Amino acid sequence: MSLKNNIFLAFMGLLAALPAQAALNVFACEPEWAALAQELGGDRVSVYAATTALQDAHHIEARPSLIARMRSADLVVCSGSDLEAGWLPLLLTQSGNSKVKAGGDGYFEASQFVARLEIPAVIDRAQGDVHPGGNPHVHTDARNITRIAEALAARLAKVDAGNAPAYAARSRDFLERWRSAIGRWEQQAQPLKGARVVVYHKEYSYLNSWLGLVEKGTLEPKPGLPPTPGHLSELVGLMQKEPARWIVYSPYNDPRAASFLSERSKVPAVMLPFTVGGSDRAKDLFGLFDDTIARLLAAGK
Amino acid sequence: MFEKRSIVRSVALALACSPALFHPAHAVTDEDLRELREQVKQLKQNYESRIEALEKRLQQAEQSTGKAEAAAGKAETAAAKAESFSAKAEGLSTKAESVVQNAAAQAGSRPAGESAMNPGVSLIMNGTYGNLTRPASTYRINGFAPTGGEVAPIGRGLSLGESELVFSANIDPRFRGTVIAALGADDRIGVEEAFIQTLDLDGGLTAKAGRFLAGVGYLNEIHPHAWDFADAPLASKVFLGNQLGEDGVQVKWVAPSNIYFDLGAEFGRGRKFPAGPDNGRDKNGFGSGNFFTHLGGDIGASTAWQVGASYLMTQPQGRTWQDTDAAGTNVTDSFSGKSRLLALSGVLKWAPNGNSTVNNFKLQGEYFRRRENGALTYDTAAASLGTQTGDYRSAQSGWYTQGVYQFARQWRAGYRYDRLSPGTTSIGLVNSGALTAANFPILASYKPTRDTVMLDWSGSEFSRVRVQLARDRSRAGLPADNQMVLQYIMSLGAHGAHKF
Repeated sequence: MSLKNNIFLAFMGLLAALPAQAALNVFACEPEWAALAQELGGDRVSVYAATTALQDAHHIEARPSLIARMRSADLVVCSGSDLEAGWLPLLLTQSGNSKVKAGGDGYFEASQFVARLEIPAVIDRAQGDVHPGGNPHVHTDARNITRIAEALAARLAKVDAGNAPAYAARSRDFLERWRSAIGRWEQQAQPLKGARVVVYHKEYSYLNSWLGLVEKGTLEPKPGLPPTPGHLSELVGLMQKEPARWIVYSPYNDPRAASFLSERSKVPAVMLPFTVGGSDRAKDLFGLFDDTIARLLAAGK
Repeated sequence: MFEKRSIVRSVALALACSPALFHPAHAVTDEDLRELREQVKQLKQNYESRIEALEKRLQQAEQSTGKAEAAAGKAETAAAKAESFSAKAEGLSTKAESVVQNAAAQAGSRPAGESAMNPGVSLIMNGTYGNLTRPASTYRINGFAPTGGEVAPIGRGLSLGESELVFSANIDPRFRGTVIAALGADDRIGVEEAFIQTLDLDGGLTAKAGRFLAGVGYLNEIHPHAWDFADAPLASKVFLGNQLGEDGVQVKWVAPSNIYFDLGAEFGRGRKFPAGPDNGRDKNGFGSGNFFTHLGGDIGASTAWQVGASYLMTQPQGRTWQDTDAAGTNVTDSFSGKSRLLALSGVLKWAPNGNSTVNNFKLQGEYFRRRENGALTYDTAAASLGTQTGDYRSAQSGWYTQGVYQFARQWRAGYRYDRLSPGTTSIGLVNSGALTAANFPILASYKPTRDTVMLDWSGSEFSRVRVQLARDRSRAGLPADNQMVLQYIMSLGAHGAHKF
């Protein structure tokens, strides 16, 4: 076979691998935003989740497959606040896709639409891997999802004006169901108010602030640094004085530190799904909060 | 700014000083609770209206919609918080405090005026301790024409490595600029990279211009501080003079497919080996051309791969090197002609479920093949047997492969194997009998190899300490050089993203 034929075949192969052009291509950095875009876009969007619940969005390789997906994206939906600083900028510059460049209509940073917690007064890496823009894990407060859903629906309508009525209708429907779910969750979580919790990383600050949980410590000595024996023994001491109701960690965390502390302090370690896909029940955003609250209630007795 | 903060502060004070809120929650009756709720409701309204005023001022003062949105969101959250305070009065004062802190930080976190437009700055620092059987200053890689690059191993004793100072920022909506200055331990400053790149060409196209690391093979495009070993593979040393940075333009196209595929072309000055002379020829047009392509994707959730090929074409004129001829005299020889370098590379990265925080594995390898033909000039300075020129042809290759495994969080171990093949070299002056092969000892056929192991520990993603041991068999006729290197690499400043 001649070289020409080979090249021709290679190109045909590439064409066959082209993504479907019919729907709006949404590149979601995290599973929660993929789920939200799916809720709001339905069959008008084709959503790609760049990460899974088993991956730590702080530490993702700028893999070729991600650049390829970014190349065809019409809208990028990410947490922002520097959560993806180690990989997203590279995907944006390498993909040569001007539709999704930072600051444009095709670039949506969820954390920009809500009030962020823990904005550091002093920005110094001696404090660990701090996020100058505040804590980026905004989705763990269901009320933030409401605001972000409103903003994302508006953005979808702007980027894909032809389907604006469909996005408006879907978002009305979603927000109605979401608001009633928030009422239900707040009702269910009443008994959790004021309960003390130890977290792995500060990924549940918004959940704590929403449900009134009191964070008593983190397994990480500083954000982004792995747990150390010295720090864990300090926590054991703290748990003797002021026992927490749970030690909470996420599917992508190494569970060993949580079980170590749990064994020594007799405080139950609870894995929360953290995001969509983090547990069998967390199939969508509703399941995520249903399961999160159920797990806290079950272990907190 | 002061005024805004003082408003928020007074709200917080109002919240904190409200005496009813300091009764422990369990001691209040239902009647008290209702009263409390009413009070907090009023406070909330008060707070909301004040935050609204704050929002307006912010908007006026800074004309930033993003900030206004944040402030509006802030107001709502603060209100929602105020509501939840009634149930848990004890936590109120601390929460109000954090609200104040947040509001103040959100209002004042971004620098005002000129400094707001400062580029992102980061600084990479590195230092080494070397323990070598033989001095680095006598290092040579036999069988291959010397490159004039920084190919010697890390020297004996304690040394400061190169510090890299990186500036980068978007210039305007169309361009981004990056400058990387290398501050040498010898007190000299070099420009490692200084390029602009496009931000809004469409259709998967990006263009770069300036000085940048050439898209030859895989490792060449990666900065040394992100390498998994303290030094470059032997193949990079003999074919690229350690690392090739070219002055030129690059155009790259990424295919709109789910599997990654790119095509790129670079046209450059030919400022360094394998082109020559150093700093390029005094001519119009281009001194080097390079074409590259990459293909990459995922295998399941745990594995990612990329393969690449590149073809670098240069036309060195008077590319010189030092050798010691049969008379024992140090002479300068030179090559003029065509040089063609093919590079094939492959990278595979594995992490359980794609979560690389605790365990991950990286396998990487590159193969280089170079063909050169043209004229070789012996003793250009006529220091020994007199200047003579004959034809020259060579076809040489080399490869390395390395694996790095992160066996525990923060700890990685790796092994690298290097091998060069001298292939065939034909020297016209020797073939014709004008000179003996002994006049070109560095070009005499020899197969350099090297084994390297390393262990490194990363305190965070910004700090790394490494120990590396190598048995280097690059010098013909001498036993292996055992090289031990201790190294630290630290980065401070802006959070740079690393290439795959």
